[in-house]
Amino acid sequence: MWELIRANRRKSMMLFLLMGASLIVLGYAIGAAWAPPDGGWIGLMAASALWMFLSMISYFSGDAILLSASGAKEITRDMHPQLFNVAEEMKIAAGLTVMPKIYVIDEAAPNAFATGRRPEKSAIAVTAGLLGRMNRDELQGVVAHETSHILNRDILFMTFAGVMLGSITLLSQVFLHNLFFMGGGRYRSRESRGGGQGAAIVMIAAVVLAILAPIMAQLLYFAISRKREYLADASAVRLTRYPEGLASALEKISMSTEDLSKANSITAPLYIANPIKQKGARLQNLTSTHPPLHDRIKILRAMAQGAGYLDYQEAVSKITGHRASIIPKSGLAETASIPVRAAGAPAEAPSSLKSQNRAIGNLIRTVNQFKFLTCACGLTIKVPPDLRKSSFPCPGCGKTVTVPASL
Amino acid sequence: MLLVLLLPVIIIVILAFVVVGMYNSLVGLRNQVKNAWAQIDVQLKRRHDLIPNLVETAKGYMVHERTTFENITAARSRAMQADSVGDKARAEGELSGLMSKFFLVVENYPDLKANQNFLALQEELTSTENKIAFSRQAYNDQVLFYNNKIQMFPSSIIAGMFNFQQSEFFEITDAAERNVPKVSFS
Repeated sequence: MWELIRANRRKSMMLFLLMGASLIVLGYAIGAAWAPPDGGWIGLMAASALWMFLSMISYFSGDAILLSASGAKEITRDMHPQLFNVAEEMKIAAGLTVMPKIYVIDEAAPNAFATGRRPEKSAIAVTAGLLGRMNRDELQGVVAHETSHILNRDILFMTFAGVMLGSITLLSQVFLHNLFFMGGGRYRSRESRGGGQGAAIVMIAAVVLAILAPIMAQLLYFAISRKREYLADASAVRLTRYPEGLASALEKISMSTEDLSKANSITAPLYIANPIKQKGARLQNLTSTHPPLHDRIKILRAMAQGAGYLDYQEAVSKITGHRASIIPKSGLAETASIPVRAAGAPAEAPSSLKSQNRAIGNLIRTVNQFKFLTCACGLTIKVPPDLRKSSFPCPGCGKTVTVPASL
Repeated sequence: MLLVLLLPVIIIVILAFVVVGMYNSLVGLRNQVKNAWAQIDVQLKRRHDLIPNLVETAKGYMVHERTTFENITAARSRAMQADSVGDKARAEGELSGLMSKFFLVVENYPDLKANQNFLALQEELTSTENKIAFSRQAYNDQVLFYNNKIQMFPSSIIAGMFNFQQSEFFEITDAAERNVPKVSFS
Protein backbone atom coordinates (compact mmCIF):
# COMPACT_ATOMS: atom_id res chain seq x y z
CA MET A 1 0.00 0.00 0.00
CA TRP A 2 2.86 2.34 0.72
CA GLU A 3 4.38 1.56 -2.67
CA LEU A 4 1.14 2.81 -4.16
CA ILE A 5 1.49 6.14 -2.42
CA ARG A 6 4.94 6.59 -3.88
CA ALA A 7 3.73 5.60 -7.36
CA ASN A 8 0.88 8.02 -6.88
CA ARG A 9 3.29 10.83 -6.09
CA ARG A 10 5.38 10.11 -9.14
CA LYS A 11 2.31 10.15 -11.36
CA SER A 12 1.11 13.37 -9.76
CA MET A 13 4.42 14.96 -10.66
CA MET A 14 4.18 13.84 -14.27
CA LEU A 15 0.61 14.99 -14.63
CA PHE A 16 1.50 18.23 -12.98
CA LEU A 17 4.28 18.84 -15.47
CA LEU A 18 2.15 17.84 -18.44
CA MET A 19 -0.74 20.09 -17.61
CA GLY A 20 1.69 22.77 -16.50
CA ALA A 21 3.35 22.61 -19.90
CA SER A 22 0.03 23.12 -21.64
CA LEU A 23 -0.76 26.02 -19.34
CA ILE A 24 2.58 27.64 -20.14
CA VAL A 25 2.17 27.09 -23.87
CA LEU A 26 -1.32 28.53 -23.73
CA GLY A 27 -0.12 31.53 -21.74
CA TYR A 28 2.71 32.17 -24.17
CA ALA A 29 0.43 31.88 -27.20
CA ILE A 30 -2.14 34.23 -25.75
CA GLY A 31 0.46 36.72 -24.70
CA ALA A 32 2.16 36.55 -28.08
CA ALA A 33 -1.13 37.05 -29.90
CA TRP A 34 -2.03 40.02 -27.77
CA ALA A 35 1.19 41.95 -27.75
CA PRO A 36 3.74 40.43 -30.10
CA PRO A 37 6.46 39.39 -29.83
CA ASP A 38 7.64 39.92 -26.25
CA GLY A 39 4.08 39.63 -25.01
CA GLY A 40 4.61 35.88 -25.08
CA TRP A 41 6.83 35.92 -22.04
CA ILE A 42 4.49 38.20 -20.17
CA GLY A 43 1.63 35.87 -20.97
CA LEU A 44 3.68 32.94 -19.72
CA MET A 45 4.48 34.68 -16.46
CA ALA A 46 0.88 35.78 -15.99
CA ALA A 47 -0.36 32.23 -16.53
CA SER A 48 2.17 30.84 -14.06
CA ALA A 49 1.31 33.48 -11.50
CA LEU A 50 -2.39 32.73 -11.87
CA TRP A 51 -1.79 29.03 -11.43
CA MET A 52 0.48 29.52 -8.40
CA PHE A 53 -2.06 31.80 -6.75
CA LEU A 54 -4.92 29.35 -7.24
CA SER A 55 -2.75 26.45 -6.06
CA MET A 56 -1.82 28.20 -2.85
CA ILE A 57 -5.44 28.94 -2.08
CA SER A 58 -6.61 25.43 -2.78
CA TYR A 59 -3.69 23.84 -0.95
CA PHE A 60 -4.11 25.80 2.21
CA SER A 61 -7.84 26.18 2.46
CA GLY A 62 -9.25 23.86 -0.16
CA ASP A 63 -10.76 21.50 2.35
CA ALA A 64 -12.38 24.27 4.37
CA ILE A 65 -13.88 25.76 1.21
CA LEU A 66 -15.19 22.42 0.03
CA LEU A 67 -16.66 21.50 3.38
CA SER A 68 -18.54 24.77 3.75
CA ALA A 69 -19.60 24.81 0.10
CA SER A 70 -21.18 21.39 0.48
CA GLY A 71 -22.97 22.33 3.69
CA ALA A 72 -21.14 19.81 5.87
CA LYS A 73 -21.33 20.04 9.64
CA GLU A 74 -18.87 18.41 11.99
CA ILE A 75 -20.36 15.88 14.38
CA THR A 76 -19.23 14.41 17.66
CA ARG A 77 -19.06 10.77 18.60
CA ASP A 78 -22.32 10.77 20.60
CA MET A 79 -24.31 12.14 17.69
CA HIS A 80 -23.71 8.97 15.71
CA PRO A 81 -21.52 6.38 17.43
CA GLN A 82 -21.87 3.84 14.66
CA LEU A 83 -20.41 6.16 12.03
CA PHE A 84 -17.54 7.04 14.34
CA ASN A 85 -16.85 3.42 15.13
CA VAL A 86 -16.89 2.46 11.47
CA ALA A 87 -14.49 5.30 10.65
CA GLU A 88 -12.21 4.34 13.53
CA GLU A 89 -12.12 0.73 12.36
CA MET A 90 -11.03 1.88 8.92
CA LYS A 91 -8.42 4.13 10.46
CA ILE A 92 -6.96 1.11 12.24
CA ALA A 93 -7.07 -1.08 9.16
CA ALA A 94 -5.37 1.61 7.08
CA GLY A 95 -2.72 2.32 9.70
CA LEU A 96 -3.48 6.04 9.82
CA THR A 97 -2.00 7.89 12.77
CA VAL A 98 -4.74 10.48 13.18
CA MET A 99 -8.45 9.88 13.01
CA PRO A 100 -10.10 11.90 10.23
CA LYS A 101 -12.78 14.39 11.28
CA ILE A 102 -16.30 13.31 10.51
CA TYR A 103 -18.87 15.58 8.90
CA VAL A 104 -22.51 15.10 8.02
CA ILE A 105 -24.11 16.77 5.02
CA ASP A 106 -27.66 17.99 5.23
CA GLU A 107 -28.94 16.15 2.13
CA ALA A 108 -31.25 13.26 1.44
CA ALA A 109 -29.22 11.97 -1.52
CA PRO A 110 -26.80 9.22 -0.47
CA ASN A 111 -23.20 10.22 -1.13
CA ALA A 112 -19.87 10.80 0.59
CA PHE A 113 -16.54 12.48 0.02
CA ALA A 114 -13.14 12.80 1.65
CA THR A 115 -10.94 15.85 1.81
CA GLY A 116 -7.65 16.97 3.32
CA ARG A 117 -4.21 17.57 1.88
CA ARG A 118 -2.43 15.29 4.35
CA PRO A 119 -3.64 12.15 6.09
CA GLU A 120 -3.08 13.91 9.41
CA LYS A 121 -5.48 16.71 8.51
CA SER A 122 -8.22 14.92 6.69
CA ALA A 123 -11.98 14.77 6.89
CA ILE A 124 -14.71 12.45 5.71
CA ALA A 125 -18.17 13.79 4.96
CA VAL A 126 -21.25 11.64 4.61
CA THR A 127 -24.77 12.69 3.70
CA ALA A 128 -27.63 12.06 6.08
CA GLY A 129 -29.30 10.20 3.22
CA LEU A 130 -26.44 7.70 3.16
CA LEU A 131 -26.53 7.18 6.92
CA GLY A 132 -30.25 6.48 6.91
CA ARG A 133 -30.10 3.92 4.13
CA MET A 134 -27.01 1.80 4.66
CA ASN A 135 -26.47 -1.05 7.05
CA ARG A 136 -23.19 -1.39 8.91
CA ASP A 137 -21.29 -3.36 6.26
CA GLU A 138 -22.35 -1.01 3.49
CA LEU A 139 -21.46 2.07 5.53
CA GLN A 140 -18.09 0.49 6.20
CA GLY A 141 -17.57 -0.07 2.47
CA VAL A 142 -18.26 3.60 1.73
CA VAL A 143 -16.05 4.84 4.58
CA ALA A 144 -13.31 2.45 3.45
CA HIS A 145 -13.50 3.94 -0.05
CA GLU A 146 -13.12 7.45 1.35
CA THR A 147 -10.33 6.37 3.69
CA SER A 148 -8.54 4.90 0.68
CA HIS A 149 -8.71 8.29 -1.04
CA ILE A 150 -7.02 9.76 2.03
CA LEU A 151 -4.47 6.97 2.23
CA ASN A 152 -3.57 7.06 -1.47
CA ARG A 153 -3.18 10.86 -1.36
CA ASP A 154 -5.78 11.17 -4.11
CA ILE A 155 -7.09 14.40 -2.72
CA LEU A 156 -3.83 16.28 -3.17
CA PHE A 157 -3.51 14.85 -6.63
CA MET A 158 -7.02 15.74 -7.73
CA THR A 159 -6.75 19.20 -6.17
CA PHE A 160 -3.70 20.09 -8.23
CA ALA A 161 -5.26 18.59 -11.33
CA GLY A 162 -8.44 20.53 -10.71
CA VAL A 163 -6.52 23.78 -10.28
CA MET A 164 -4.67 23.15 -13.52
CA LEU A 165 -7.92 22.55 -15.30
CA GLY A 166 -9.43 25.65 -13.74
CA SER A 167 -6.47 27.82 -14.71
CA ILE A 168 -6.47 26.62 -18.30
CA THR A 169 -10.21 27.12 -18.61
CA LEU A 170 -10.09 30.55 -16.99
CA LEU A 171 -7.26 31.72 -19.20
CA SER A 172 -9.00 30.56 -22.36
CA GLN A 173 -12.29 32.11 -21.36
CA VAL A 174 -10.75 35.48 -20.58
CA PHE A 175 -8.79 35.47 -23.83
CA LEU A 176 -11.71 34.45 -26.05
CA HIS A 177 -14.09 36.90 -24.43
CA ASN A 178 -11.68 39.76 -24.85
CA LEU A 179 -11.21 38.74 -28.44
CA PHE A 180 -14.86 39.27 -29.19
CA PHE A 181 -15.44 42.37 -27.15
CA MET A 182 -12.27 44.33 -27.73
CA GLY A 183 -12.55 43.58 -31.39
CA GLY A 184 -10.60 45.13 -34.21
CA GLY A 185 -9.14 48.43 -33.02
CA ARG A 186 -6.24 47.15 -31.02
CA TYR A 187 -5.07 44.56 -33.49
CA ARG A 188 -5.36 46.68 -36.53
CA SER A 189 -3.02 49.23 -35.07
CA ARG A 190 -0.47 46.55 -34.29
CA GLU A 191 -0.77 44.97 -37.66
CA SER A 192 -0.05 48.23 -39.41
CA ARG A 193 3.20 48.48 -37.54
CA GLY A 194 4.57 45.42 -39.25
CA GLY A 195 4.82 41.69 -38.97
CA GLY A 196 1.14 41.45 -39.90
CA GLN A 197 1.36 37.94 -41.29
CA GLY A 198 3.20 36.52 -38.29
CA ALA A 199 0.82 38.18 -35.88
CA ALA A 200 -2.19 36.69 -37.65
CA ILE A 201 -0.74 33.19 -37.50
CA VAL A 202 0.08 33.54 -33.83
CA MET A 203 -3.42 34.82 -33.23
CA ILE A 204 -4.98 31.87 -34.99
CA ALA A 205 -2.76 29.47 -33.09
CA ALA A 206 -3.72 31.10 -29.81
CA VAL A 207 -7.42 30.90 -30.58
CA VAL A 208 -7.18 27.26 -31.58
CA LEU A 209 -5.23 26.44 -28.43
CA ALA A 210 -7.66 28.41 -26.32
CA ILE A 211 -10.52 26.34 -27.66
CA LEU A 212 -8.81 22.96 -27.60
CA ALA A 213 -6.79 23.16 -24.41
CA PRO A 214 -9.70 23.27 -21.98
CA ILE A 215 -11.39 20.36 -23.74
CA MET A 216 -8.26 18.24 -23.62
CA ALA A 217 -7.53 19.19 -20.07
CA GLN A 218 -11.04 18.28 -19.06
CA LEU A 219 -10.84 14.88 -20.75
CA LEU A 220 -7.52 14.25 -19.02
CA TYR A 221 -9.00 15.30 -15.70
CA PHE A 222 -11.98 12.99 -16.08
CA ALA A 223 -9.85 10.04 -17.18
CA ILE A 224 -7.61 10.44 -14.18
CA SER A 225 -10.59 10.79 -11.90
CA ARG A 226 -12.03 7.51 -13.19
CA LYS A 227 -8.75 5.70 -12.65
CA ARG A 228 -8.57 7.03 -9.12
CA GLU A 229 -12.05 5.76 -8.39
CA TYR A 230 -11.17 2.22 -9.45
CA LEU A 231 -8.04 2.36 -7.35
CA ALA A 232 -10.01 3.58 -4.36
CA ASP A 233 -12.49 0.73 -4.81
CA ALA A 234 -9.62 -1.78 -4.88
CA SER A 235 -7.99 -0.29 -1.79
CA ALA A 236 -11.32 -0.17 0.03
CA VAL A 237 -11.87 -3.88 -0.51
CA ARG A 238 -8.34 -4.61 0.61
CA LEU A 239 -9.09 -2.77 3.84
CA THR A 240 -12.46 -4.32 4.61
CA ARG A 241 -11.80 -7.76 3.00
CA TYR A 242 -15.51 -7.70 2.12
CA PRO A 243 -16.30 -6.58 -1.45
CA GLU A 244 -20.04 -7.23 -1.11
CA GLY A 245 -20.39 -4.39 1.42
CA LEU A 246 -19.21 -1.72 -0.99
CA ALA A 247 -21.01 -3.41 -3.88
CA SER A 248 -24.42 -3.31 -2.23
CA ALA A 249 -23.81 0.26 -0.99
CA LEU A 250 -23.10 1.35 -4.58
CA GLU A 251 -26.19 -0.52 -5.68
CA LYS A 252 -28.36 1.36 -3.22
CA ILE A 253 -26.79 4.64 -4.32
CA SER A 254 -27.49 3.84 -7.97
CA MET A 255 -31.13 3.19 -7.19
CA SER A 256 -31.68 6.50 -5.43
CA THR A 257 -33.04 9.29 -7.56
CA GLU A 258 -32.24 12.47 -5.67
CA ASP A 259 -29.69 15.00 -6.85
CA LEU A 260 -27.14 16.46 -4.49
CA SER A 261 -28.14 20.11 -4.57
CA LYS A 262 -24.81 21.67 -3.66
CA ALA A 263 -22.49 19.75 -5.98
CA ASN A 264 -21.28 20.89 -9.38
CA SER A 265 -19.08 19.42 -12.08
CA ILE A 266 -15.83 20.64 -10.51
CA THR A 267 -16.44 19.13 -7.08
CA ALA A 268 -18.10 16.02 -8.52
CA PRO A 269 -14.93 13.87 -8.74
CA LEU A 270 -14.48 14.00 -4.99
CA TYR A 271 -17.75 12.22 -4.23
CA ILE A 272 -18.09 8.45 -4.18
CA ALA A 273 -20.74 8.42 -6.90
CA ASN A 274 -21.49 11.06 -9.50
CA PRO A 275 -23.73 13.47 -7.61
CA ILE A 276 -25.18 14.90 -10.81
CA LYS A 277 -27.61 12.31 -12.04
CA GLN A 278 -27.46 12.00 -15.79
CA LYS A 279 -30.94 10.77 -16.53
CA GLY A 280 -30.64 8.11 -19.19
CA ALA A 281 -27.27 9.29 -20.46
CA ARG A 282 -25.23 6.66 -22.27
CA LEU A 283 -22.41 9.17 -22.57
CA GLN A 284 -20.96 7.84 -19.37
CA ASN A 285 -17.60 7.28 -20.91
CA LEU A 286 -15.24 10.09 -21.74
CA THR A 287 -17.21 12.86 -20.11
CA SER A 288 -17.91 11.24 -16.78
CA THR A 289 -15.91 11.80 -13.64
CA HIS A 290 -16.76 8.35 -12.30
CA PRO A 291 -16.69 4.93 -13.90
CA PRO A 292 -20.22 3.63 -14.47
CA LEU A 293 -21.73 2.40 -11.22
CA HIS A 294 -22.88 -0.94 -12.60
CA ASP A 295 -19.37 -1.72 -13.82
CA ARG A 296 -17.96 -0.98 -10.39
CA ILE A 297 -20.61 -3.18 -8.78
CA LYS A 298 -20.01 -6.05 -11.18
CA ILE A 299 -16.26 -5.90 -10.66
CA LEU A 300 -16.66 -5.98 -6.90
CA ARG A 301 -19.04 -8.91 -7.08
CA ALA A 302 -16.62 -10.84 -9.31
CA MET A 303 -14.05 -10.87 -6.53
CA ALA A 304 -15.27 -13.93 -4.65
CA GLN A 305 -11.88 -15.62 -4.66
CA GLY A 306 -9.80 -12.98 -2.94
CA ALA A 307 -9.70 -9.37 -1.75
CA GLY A 308 -6.23 -8.30 -2.88
CA TYR A 309 -5.17 -5.97 -5.68
CA LEU A 310 -4.41 -8.84 -8.04
CA ASP A 311 -7.94 -10.12 -7.61
CA TYR A 312 -9.36 -6.67 -8.34
CA GLN A 313 -7.24 -6.37 -11.47
CA GLU A 314 -8.43 -9.77 -12.68
CA ALA A 315 -12.04 -8.87 -12.03
CA VAL A 316 -11.60 -5.63 -14.00
CA SER A 317 -10.19 -7.50 -17.00
CA LYS A 318 -12.99 -10.03 -16.81
CA ILE A 319 -15.80 -7.50 -16.64
CA THR A 320 -14.58 -4.72 -18.91
CA GLY A 321 -12.91 -7.09 -21.31
CA HIS A 322 -9.64 -5.24 -21.71
CA ARG A 323 -6.47 -5.35 -19.70
CA ALA A 324 -6.80 -1.96 -18.06
CA SER A 325 -3.89 -1.17 -15.79
CA ILE A 326 -5.70 0.28 -12.85
CA ILE A 327 -3.24 -0.84 -10.23
CA PRO A 328 0.35 0.33 -10.52
CA LYS A 329 2.91 -2.47 -10.79
CA SER A 330 4.02 -2.00 -7.20
CA GLY A 331 0.55 -2.96 -5.96
CA LEU A 332 0.61 -6.13 -8.03
CA ALA A 333 3.83 -7.28 -6.40
CA GLU A 334 1.97 -8.77 -3.44
CA THR A 335 2.23 -12.51 -3.41
CA ALA A 336 0.26 -13.48 -0.31
CA SER A 337 -3.36 -14.28 -1.11
CA ILE A 338 -5.91 -12.28 0.79
CA PRO A 339 -9.10 -14.15 1.59
CA VAL A 340 -12.54 -12.56 1.65
CA ARG A 341 -14.08 -12.59 5.10
CA ALA A 342 -17.66 -13.49 5.94
CA ALA A 343 -20.44 -10.95 6.40
CA GLY A 344 -20.16 -8.91 9.59
CA ALA A 345 -23.58 -7.74 10.75
CA PRO A 346 -26.39 -10.25 10.39
CA ALA A 347 -28.58 -9.43 7.39
CA GLU A 348 -31.08 -6.92 8.74
CA ALA A 349 -34.63 -6.83 7.50
CA PRO A 350 -34.75 -3.75 5.20
CA SER A 351 -36.42 -0.91 7.08
CA SER A 352 -39.30 0.84 5.37
CA LEU A 353 -38.69 3.99 3.36
CA LYS A 354 -40.70 5.90 5.93
CA SER A 355 -38.50 4.89 8.85
CA GLN A 356 -35.37 5.53 6.78
CA ASN A 357 -36.57 9.04 5.97
CA ARG A 358 -37.44 9.60 9.61
CA ALA A 359 -33.94 8.54 10.67
CA ILE A 360 -32.44 10.89 8.08
CA GLY A 361 -34.60 13.79 9.25
CA ASN A 362 -33.74 13.18 12.89
CA LEU A 363 -30.05 13.11 12.14
CA ILE A 364 -30.21 16.38 10.20
CA ARG A 365 -32.12 17.95 13.08
CA THR A 366 -29.60 16.73 15.63
CA VAL A 367 -26.76 18.21 13.63
CA ASN A 368 -28.66 21.50 13.37
CA GLN A 369 -29.07 21.54 17.14
CA PHE A 370 -32.76 20.90 17.38
CA LYS A 371 -34.04 19.90 20.80
CA PHE A 372 -35.95 16.65 21.12
CA LEU A 373 -38.66 16.89 23.77
CA THR A 374 -41.05 14.13 24.83
CA CYS A 375 -44.55 15.01 25.84
CA ALA A 376 -46.42 12.95 28.42
CA CYS A 377 -48.68 11.62 25.65
CA GLY A 378 -45.67 9.95 24.04
CA LEU A 379 -45.14 12.33 21.15
CA THR A 380 -41.55 13.35 20.35
CA ILE A 381 -41.48 17.04 19.56
CA LYS A 382 -38.52 18.42 17.60
CA VAL A 383 -37.95 22.05 18.52
CA PRO A 384 -35.80 24.32 16.34
CA PRO A 385 -32.94 26.04 18.19
CA ASP A 386 -34.19 29.57 17.51
CA LEU A 387 -37.70 29.14 18.97
CA ARG A 388 -38.30 32.10 21.26
CA LYS A 389 -41.27 30.80 23.20
CA SER A 390 -40.56 29.14 26.49
CA SER A 391 -43.64 26.92 26.34
CA PHE A 392 -46.26 25.86 23.81
CA PRO A 393 -49.19 23.41 23.61
CA CYS A 394 -48.34 19.88 22.53
CA PRO A 395 -49.69 19.23 18.98
CA GLY A 396 -50.79 15.76 20.02
CA CYS A 397 -52.73 16.23 23.27
CA GLY A 398 -52.78 20.00 23.91
CA LYS A 399 -50.93 19.96 27.23
CA THR A 400 -48.38 22.71 27.76
CA VAL A 401 -44.81 21.70 27.04
CA THR A 402 -41.99 23.78 28.49
CA VAL A 403 -38.84 24.29 26.52
CA PRO A 404 -35.79 23.95 28.77
CA ALA A 405 -33.36 26.85 28.51
CA SER A 406 -30.46 24.69 27.44
CA LEU A 407 -30.31 21.06 26.48
CA MET B 1 44.91 10.53 -12.40
CA LEU B 2 42.96 12.21 -9.63
CA LEU B 3 39.77 10.55 -10.90
CA VAL B 4 41.27 7.07 -10.51
CA LEU B 5 42.02 7.89 -6.89
CA LEU B 6 38.64 9.48 -6.27
CA LEU B 7 36.54 6.74 -7.89
CA PRO B 8 36.80 4.13 -5.13
CA VAL B 9 36.10 6.88 -2.57
CA ILE B 10 32.96 7.88 -4.46
CA ILE B 11 31.83 4.27 -4.71
CA ILE B 12 32.37 3.73 -0.99
CA VAL B 13 30.41 6.87 -0.15
CA ILE B 14 27.50 5.81 -2.36
CA LEU B 15 27.52 2.35 -0.84
CA ALA B 16 27.54 3.81 2.64
CA PHE B 17 24.45 5.85 1.81
CA VAL B 18 22.69 2.80 0.40
CA VAL B 19 23.52 0.73 3.47
CA VAL B 20 22.36 3.44 5.83
CA GLY B 21 19.17 3.84 3.82
CA MET B 22 18.40 0.14 4.00
CA TYR B 23 19.19 -0.06 7.69
CA ASN B 24 16.91 2.87 8.42
CA SER B 25 14.05 1.43 6.43
CA LEU B 26 14.41 -1.88 8.27
CA VAL B 27 14.35 -0.09 11.61
CA GLY B 28 11.31 1.94 10.51
CA LEU B 29 9.46 -1.20 9.46
CA ARG B 30 10.32 -3.02 12.68
CA ASN B 31 8.94 -0.10 14.68
CA GLN B 32 5.80 -0.09 12.60
CA VAL B 33 5.35 -3.78 13.41
CA LYS B 34 5.75 -3.04 17.13
CA ASN B 35 3.26 -0.18 16.87
CA ALA B 36 0.72 -2.35 15.08
CA TRP B 37 1.08 -4.96 17.82
CA ALA B 38 0.44 -2.32 20.47
CA GLN B 39 -2.74 -1.34 18.62
CA ILE B 40 -4.04 -4.89 18.90
CA ASP B 41 -3.33 -4.85 22.61
CA VAL B 42 -5.29 -1.61 23.03
CA GLN B 43 -8.36 -3.14 21.38
CA LEU B 44 -8.10 -6.41 23.30
CA LYS B 45 -7.95 -4.49 26.57
CA ARG B 46 -10.94 -2.44 25.54
CA ARG B 47 -12.90 -5.61 24.98
CA HIS B 48 -11.91 -6.92 28.40
CA ASP B 49 -13.23 -3.70 29.92
CA LEU B 50 -16.52 -3.71 28.02
CA ILE B 51 -17.56 -7.30 28.70
CA PRO B 52 -18.50 -7.09 32.42
CA ASN B 53 -20.86 -4.17 31.72
CA LEU B 54 -22.51 -6.11 28.92
CA VAL B 55 -22.94 -9.20 31.08
CA GLU B 56 -24.56 -7.17 33.86
CA THR B 57 -27.01 -5.47 31.47
CA ALA B 58 -27.99 -8.74 29.83
CA LYS B 59 -28.18 -10.90 32.95
CA GLY B 60 -31.45 -9.36 34.07
CA TYR B 61 -33.20 -10.33 30.84
CA MET B 62 -31.52 -13.63 30.02
CA VAL B 63 -32.28 -15.48 33.24
CA HIS B 64 -31.79 -18.96 31.82
CA GLU B 65 -28.43 -18.37 30.19
CA ARG B 66 -26.26 -18.72 33.28
CA THR B 67 -23.76 -21.13 31.69
CA THR B 68 -23.23 -18.74 28.77
CA PHE B 69 -22.31 -15.95 31.16
CA GLU B 70 -20.04 -18.17 33.22
CA ASN B 71 -18.20 -19.32 30.10
CA ILE B 72 -17.72 -15.76 28.95
CA THR B 73 -16.43 -14.58 32.32
CA ALA B 74 -14.03 -17.52 32.58
CA ALA B 75 -12.74 -17.03 29.03
CA ARG B 76 -12.23 -13.35 29.75
CA SER B 77 -10.05 -13.99 32.80
CA ARG B 78 -8.07 -16.58 30.87
CA ALA B 79 -7.49 -14.06 28.12
CA MET B 80 -6.40 -11.40 30.58
CA GLN B 81 -3.84 -13.74 32.11
CA ALA B 82 -2.37 -15.11 28.89
CA ASP B 83 1.25 -14.18 28.30
CA SER B 84 2.94 -15.50 25.21
CA VAL B 85 1.78 -14.68 21.71
CA GLY B 86 0.53 -18.21 21.18
CA ASP B 87 -1.43 -18.36 24.44
CA LYS B 88 -2.89 -14.91 23.80
CA ALA B 89 -3.98 -15.88 20.32
CA ARG B 90 -5.72 -18.97 21.61
CA ALA B 91 -7.43 -17.30 24.56
CA GLU B 92 -8.60 -14.27 22.60
CA GLY B 93 -9.84 -16.47 19.80
CA GLU B 94 -11.88 -18.45 22.28
CA LEU B 95 -13.38 -15.25 23.68
CA SER B 96 -14.24 -14.01 20.18
CA GLY B 97 -16.05 -17.24 19.44
CA LEU B 98 -18.04 -17.06 22.68
CA MET B 99 -19.00 -13.42 22.06
CA SER B 100 -20.36 -14.14 18.58
CA LYS B 101 -22.35 -17.08 19.97
CA PHE B 102 -23.67 -14.78 22.70
CA PHE B 103 -24.95 -12.27 20.15
CA LEU B 104 -26.75 -15.03 18.34
CA VAL B 105 -28.49 -16.07 21.56
CA VAL B 106 -29.49 -12.43 22.17
CA GLU B 107 -31.73 -12.66 19.09
CA ASN B 108 -34.11 -14.77 21.16
CA TYR B 109 -34.75 -12.00 23.69
CA PRO B 110 -36.67 -9.16 22.04
CA ASP B 111 -37.02 -7.07 25.23
CA LEU B 112 -33.26 -7.11 25.64
CA LYS B 113 -32.91 -5.95 22.04
CA ALA B 114 -35.25 -3.04 22.79
CA ASN B 115 -33.12 -1.83 25.69
CA GLN B 116 -31.22 1.27 24.51
CA ASN B 117 -28.32 0.70 26.89
CA PHE B 118 -27.87 -2.78 25.60
CA LEU B 119 -28.00 -1.66 21.98
CA ALA B 120 -25.34 0.96 22.60
CA LEU B 121 -23.18 -1.62 24.35
CA GLN B 122 -23.72 -4.11 21.54
CA GLU B 123 -22.60 -1.54 18.99
CA GLU B 124 -19.51 -0.80 21.09
CA LEU B 125 -18.69 -4.46 21.42
CA THR B 126 -19.28 -5.20 17.73
CA SER B 127 -17.05 -2.29 16.91
CA THR B 128 -14.37 -3.53 19.31
CA GLU B 129 -14.50 -7.00 17.76
CA ASN B 130 -14.09 -5.40 14.35
CA LYS B 131 -11.24 -3.22 15.58
CA ILE B 132 -9.48 -6.29 16.95
CA ALA B 133 -9.87 -7.96 13.58
CA PHE B 134 -8.68 -4.89 11.69
CA SER B 135 -5.74 -4.19 13.96
CA ARG B 136 -4.75 -7.83 13.60
CA GLN B 137 -5.07 -7.42 9.84
CA ALA B 138 -2.98 -4.24 9.88
CA TYR B 139 -0.39 -5.98 12.06
CA ASN B 140 -0.16 -8.94 9.71
CA ASP B 141 0.17 -6.61 6.72
CA GLN B 142 3.05 -4.84 8.44
CA VAL B 143 4.68 -8.15 9.37
CA LEU B 144 4.45 -9.29 5.76
CA PHE B 145 6.05 -6.09 4.55
CA TYR B 146 8.82 -6.33 7.16
CA ASN B 147 9.53 -10.02 6.59
CA ASN B 148 9.63 -9.47 2.84
CA LYS B 149 12.22 -6.76 3.31
CA ILE B 150 14.32 -9.04 5.53
CA GLN B 151 14.16 -11.96 3.15
CA MET B 152 14.63 -10.19 -0.16
CA PHE B 153 17.97 -9.35 -1.65
CA PRO B 154 19.78 -6.95 -1.14
CA SER B 155 18.30 -5.80 2.17
CA SER B 156 18.73 -9.39 3.38
CA ILE B 157 22.45 -8.73 3.71
CA ILE B 158 21.93 -5.70 5.91
CA ALA B 159 19.32 -7.60 7.91
CA GLY B 160 21.77 -10.40 8.50
CA MET B 161 24.59 -8.03 9.43
CA PHE B 162 22.56 -6.18 12.03
CA ASN B 163 20.55 -9.15 13.21
CA PHE B 164 17.01 -8.17 12.29
CA GLN B 165 14.60 -10.94 13.25
CA GLN B 166 11.50 -11.87 11.36
CA SER B 167 8.22 -11.32 13.16
CA GLU B 168 5.49 -13.86 13.54
CA PHE B 169 1.97 -13.46 12.23
CA PHE B 170 -0.85 -13.18 14.72
CA GLU B 171 -3.33 -15.84 13.69
CA ILE B 172 -6.29 -16.32 15.93
CA THR B 173 -6.85 -20.04 15.68
CA ASP B 174 -10.21 -20.91 17.03
CA ALA B 175 -12.42 -23.55 15.51
CA ALA B 176 -15.54 -21.57 16.45
CA GLU B 177 -14.33 -18.55 14.51
CA ARG B 178 -13.73 -20.59 11.39
CA ASN B 179 -17.19 -22.11 11.34
CA VAL B 180 -19.23 -19.04 10.53
CA PRO B 181 -22.81 -19.73 11.62
CA LYS B 182 -25.47 -19.46 8.98
CA VAL B 183 -28.12 -17.03 10.10
CA SER B 184 -31.47 -16.81 8.36
CA PHE B 185 -34.32 -14.51 9.23
CA SER B 186 -36.91 -15.99 6.92
